[in-house]
Amino acid sequence: MFNPQAEAMPVGELRKLQGRRLHDLAKRAYDHVPFFRARMQEKGVKPEDIRSIDDIARLPFTTKTDFRDQYPFGMFAVPHQEIIRIHASSGTTGKPTVVGYTRNDIDNWAECAARSLACGGATAADTVQIAYGYGLFTGGLGMHYGAERLGAAALPMSSGNTEKQIMLMKDFGVTVLCCTPSYALQIAEVAAQMGVDLMKLPLKSGNFGAEPWTEAMRKRIEELLPLKALDIYGMSELAGPGVANECLEQNGLHVFEDHFYPEIIDPATGEPLPDGQKGELVFTCLTKEAVPLIRYRTRDITMILDDGPCACGRTGRRIRRLMGRTDDMLIIRGVNVFPSQVEDVLVRIEGVHPQYLIIVDRQGNLDTMEIKVEVTDSLFSDEVRKLEALRDKIHHQIKAMLNVNAKITLVEPKTIERTLGKAKRVQDLRKLT
Amino acid sequence: MKVRQISIFLENRSGRLASVLKEVGRAGVNIRALSLADTSDFGILRLIVDNVDKCMKVLKDSGHTVSVTEVLAVEVPDHPGGLAGILDALSEAGLNVEYMYAFVCRATEKAVVVFRFEDVNAAIAALKKSGISILPAEVVYSL
Repeated sequence: MFNPQAEAMPVGELRKLQGRRLHDLAKRAYDHVPFFRARMQEKGVKPEDIRSIDDIARLPFTTKTDFRDQYPFGMFAVPHQEIIRIHASSGTTGKPTVVGYTRNDIDNWAECAARSLACGGATAADTVQIAYGYGLFTGGLGMHYGAERLGAAALPMSSGNTEKQIMLMKDFGVTVLCCTPSYALQIAEVAAQMGVDLMKLPLKSGNFGAEPWTEAMRKRIEELLPLKALDIYGMSELAGPGVANECLEQNGLHVFEDHFYPEIIDPATGEPLPDGQKGELVFTCLTKEAVPLIRYRTRDITMILDDGPCACGRTGRRIRRLMGRTDDMLIIRGVNVFPSQVEDVLVRIEGVHPQYLIIVDRQGNLDTMEIKVEVTDSLFSDEVRKLEALRDKIHHQIKAMLNVNAKITLVEPKTIERTLGKAKRVQDLRKLT
Repeated sequence: MKVRQISIFLENRSGRLASVLKEVGRAGVNIRALSLADTSDFGILRLIVDNVDKCMKVLKDSGHTVSVTEVLAVEVPDHPGGLAGILDALSEAGLNVEYMYAFVCRATEKAVVVFRFEDVNAAIAALKKSGISILPAEVVYSL
């Protein structure tokens, strides 16, 4: 355990700490963010009404749309000179979700990422290969700071260049791997082609996340790599990776509750649900300064496990592996994709409302995205090269907008299935649940 | 002079071509010439028919993506090097052939080849200047 005092804090004490922090958070949000103040006034709640963690249900929810409406810095609660980092994730309409961090925010995030690595047994003696993307995406830098906080040697590979990843993994004696679970399988496949026997390497644990995966994938990863494959949860709105992580018991992800307070609600009514019931995961970032996030609706479906204390000694409650989404968001190779973004690209290219279908599949270990677009009279040309140019243009625009390589297939009109007059937009053939 | 050619978008799936041709046949439209351009994903069927308007209506009504393109039907001397001579003339005039295909039947002692140019009027002028015969549209539809 990286920080036993926090991670194994007696539950009573933890709830008291959460209550105090929630009050301070509500006060920060109310005093410094007009958006939050207006929301709290609408609900008729003031910071002084928040006296214990149980008062959380009196506070309003925050949604991804709110982030978009406050683009870029409307959610910030501190003057700009206190911001030391800005990250952003893809938004539903092309405008990203912007998150700022104060020095304390970066510190707390690094602490939680370090706890996540330590969940798999990592210590200062380890070498952590970080194959999440570095950049606006929080995956790479989040785990990087976590590894450094732990005192381990961070190997900032970022994503891609799999042969080199494998060469350095072998030559540097990497012991901890951080990447998407599908990329872990990709590494295993390429290593086999290169004739590198990964099972002989000193790998011991992996923190895999940023996309949905299954127990079957875990089993496969653990057959191909000599490590314990652990699920990690996070999202940029909350901080980044390190909101919750599985321990070696591999039975749900411990939430680092002194920083992130989890709730499960009924997505239709917003009513809180008891532990053990499935619903939408909602997080409150108790210690965040730059963006004091209150009751953020993640749109992830899961439950808080109610099967008693964990053998590892951590007292943070555990959430189950993600069970789905409340919206139509797809996660493709760790990238968030909304069908509306695809539609935006198509409309912008031709100025018409084309019929399209997104087909997501997994070939080998990697997610694939195909977009079928119906060729209407206005898109049609009787020259092959012009149709090919149209196809390539869609491909490039999708790549530029979503950072996903999609196969574009031009299809005949009326071939995309319509249900009740409305075209079906997504076909997810991946077997994840 | 300009011949109206019908182009139809086809997915590269079995039965698609047959389905289009069945519609055309059912409407009593007769095909004079055809070509099929294909890629791994899709194809473009190009038809010269005896009744362009009727054919267009039938295909549109059955939900196909269609367009009309102007092409030229050029008489080609039926001997070795005949087509090459014409292409030479075109190339000298700086004209680019977008695509071309041969007619199914023969009109006269000469073969007939359909050409699609980016600039059809420039092509007409160049062909005439080189003394190459272009078949009138009415003749082509009733070949």
